[in-house]
Amino acid sequence: MLVIKDLHAEVFGTPILKGLNLEVKAGEMHAIMGPNGAGKSTLSNVIAGRDGYEVTSGTIEYFGKDLTELEADERACEGIFLAFQYPVEIPGVSNMAMLKAAVNSIRKYNDEDEMSAGDFLKVIREKADLVEMKQEFLKRSVNEGFSGGEKKRNEILQMAMLEPKLALLDETDSGLDIDALKIVSDGVNALRSPDRAMVVVTHYQRLLDHIVPDFVHVLADGKIVKSGDKDLALKLEAEGYGWIEGLAEAS
Amino acid sequence: MSDHSVEQNKELKELVKREYKEGFVTDIESDTFEPGLNEDIVRRISAKKGEPEFMLEYRLKAFRRWEKMAEPDWAHIDYPKIDFQDIAYYSAPKEMPKLNSLDEVDPKLLETYEKLGIPLEEQKMLANVAVDAVFDSVSVRTTFRETLAEAGVIFMPISEAVHEHPELVKQYLGSVVPVQDNYYAALNAAVFSDGSFVYIPKGVRCPMELSTYFRINEMNTGQFERTLIIADEGSYVSYLEGCTAPQRDENQLHAAVVELVAHKDAEIKYSTVQNWYPGDENGKGGIYNFVTKRGICKGDNSKISWTQVETGSAITWKYPSVVLQGDNSVGEFYSVALTHNKQQADTGTKMIHMGKNTSSTIISKGISAGHGQNAYRGLVKILKGADNARNFSQCDSLLMGDRCGAHTFPYVEVQNPSANLEHEATTSKISEDQLFYLMQRGLSEEAAVSMIVNGFCKEVFRELPMEFAVEAQKLLDISLEGAVG
Repeated sequence: MLVIKDLHAEVFGTPILKGLNLEVKAGEMHAIMGPNGAGKSTLSNVIAGRDGYEVTSGTIEYFGKDLTELEADERACEGIFLAFQYPVEIPGVSNMAMLKAAVNSIRKYNDEDEMSAGDFLKVIREKADLVEMKQEFLKRSVNEGFSGGEKKRNEILQMAMLEPKLALLDETDSGLDIDALKIVSDGVNALRSPDRAMVVVTHYQRLLDHIVPDFVHVLADGKIVKSGDKDLALKLEAEGYGWIEGLAEAS
Repeated sequence: MSDHSVEQNKELKELVKREYKEGFVTDIESDTFEPGLNEDIVRRISAKKGEPEFMLEYRLKAFRRWEKMAEPDWAHIDYPKIDFQDIAYYSAPKEMPKLNSLDEVDPKLLETYEKLGIPLEEQKMLANVAVDAVFDSVSVRTTFRETLAEAGVIFMPISEAVHEHPELVKQYLGSVVPVQDNYYAALNAAVFSDGSFVYIPKGVRCPMELSTYFRINEMNTGQFERTLIIADEGSYVSYLEGCTAPQRDENQLHAAVVELVAHKDAEIKYSTVQNWYPGDENGKGGIYNFVTKRGICKGDNSKISWTQVETGSAITWKYPSVVLQGDNSVGEFYSVALTHNKQQADTGTKMIHMGKNTSSTIISKGISAGHGQNAYRGLVKILKGADNARNFSQCDSLLMGDRCGAHTFPYVEVQNPSANLEHEATTSKISEDQLFYLMQRGLSEEAAVSMIVNGFCKEVFRELPMEFAVEAQKLLDISLEGAVG
């Protein structure tokens, strides 16, 4: 699904990614871990196509297409979803209205009929239950006045509605208490499917107790320096990132 | 800058060049006075309309006051001096007046209104909107007059009201905005040729929304409408006003006066969607819109609410105000003003609290894009006898790009210590974070901008009647196309 080769990328002129390789196949759950400043968030923003995040060399292929050719909205319509580390507030725009516009924009791009108001309402109510979100949240302005946990649950609700092929979860566990972490993780697990790949970016092992990855990659100084299975995450938890930084320098 | 963003900017520039949708001219024969203004012109306008003596006196008094007045220059707007002798003060489609059915209206005019989407035709009649259409200076047709008459509502061109209800016109014309009020109001009083007149009798809730569409068509003419709405005790009316003009390289003057009178327990809701031609991206052409709008809450428990969406005009100078004379009366002002390209707006309101327990609400949303300059100017005045007056003001500005400007001039005068005033103000930009967030959800850049701007304006839009709210949103989208780059 996603093949990244020798990716170099800059953020507003500063080189951050320095030769990153990653392959993600449908149905897989990947975790990307690493110390602060390693480039974890940069990677998700580069894949999602944020302005100011420029690929300087290397390739990102998504279902065989060169992703860098597409605008952020086109990438979203092609099935790439980013759950934001800091979800953005849009005052005056209801969650419901935003999601309806998003769902229909994506459907239109893919030559599908728009979803009727009735169908949409039915689906969104189902999905809201998935993340234990009350109906009233749907009518409130996007993320405005939401607590940290509510914002993250809202991200998962959006993912559930937009049904992406590739979901990038950027520090989805940050700012969550234990209960909220459980709700968010259950939501994510419910959305795992053989057709969908997920890449979870996180600092901490604790998220991975709930969302069990097939692969764990350690990102340091702009490239993946070690890959393994879920045990790698446990090792990192026990030993910290110090030994990894040694690996990064050596490579 | 990457190739990709150069490409994107090019697309945006294309969009900016989008033409003004209402910019067509209707080829219709008209009776237009030569440019210039003097006492003789004022007399000729009055004679054209066969006005009674009191109207001529009114006009002449206004003209003599106007001659001694100076054009105001305190507003935050910049434009070349207007030559008032270079404007024609009367223009009417030829062979018009006295029509009994739609069939008698010039088909070309009807075509114009159809292009504008004006609800003259049957389908829209079903939507229960009564329409008065003012073309250049003359009212073309008032729909639904009979249904309204059954309810006792008078809705007609003011030129006819002068003849049919002279006692009402005499009593109320100039009672809220006196001839000497300001330069443009005096000019309007001297030369106005038409506009709408509404009277809602005691205890009547007007059975439908009333609506007027204004259209400037002729070149080098000014448009000076006069609207007078009287809501008698315990009555209610909702009134809508829309405006468009052809696209021309010259600037054209529009100086209207609207007066509202709400008696005891009466309520008037006045909504405007103003889309006069704004000029091109270099500031060439466009309407100079100098408008005086004021309502008086004359009786106790009365209410006047102004809602305006101002997207057009090269220059907007407009302060819909409420004089809160009756005890417990309520004044409201909800405004969205958008300036794009070289447009300039200086708009706001005045809330004058006189009665006891009066309250007013001001919600102003200014959007500036391109080189647009947007100023909010408001006055909240609490007079001595206005015990327990309350005001809440909120002025929000949204900036798009770095070449536009937002300015806020709030004035407060309080002469009664029991007053309670709140003022909130914010200035923000559409953030790259918001845009990326929405685009990441699959919305195009245009759709994302539109959604953010509409959210910003939501508190005002929800005050508009449903049909108008949809139109206002579309208008904002069109006016903002290509504003982000």
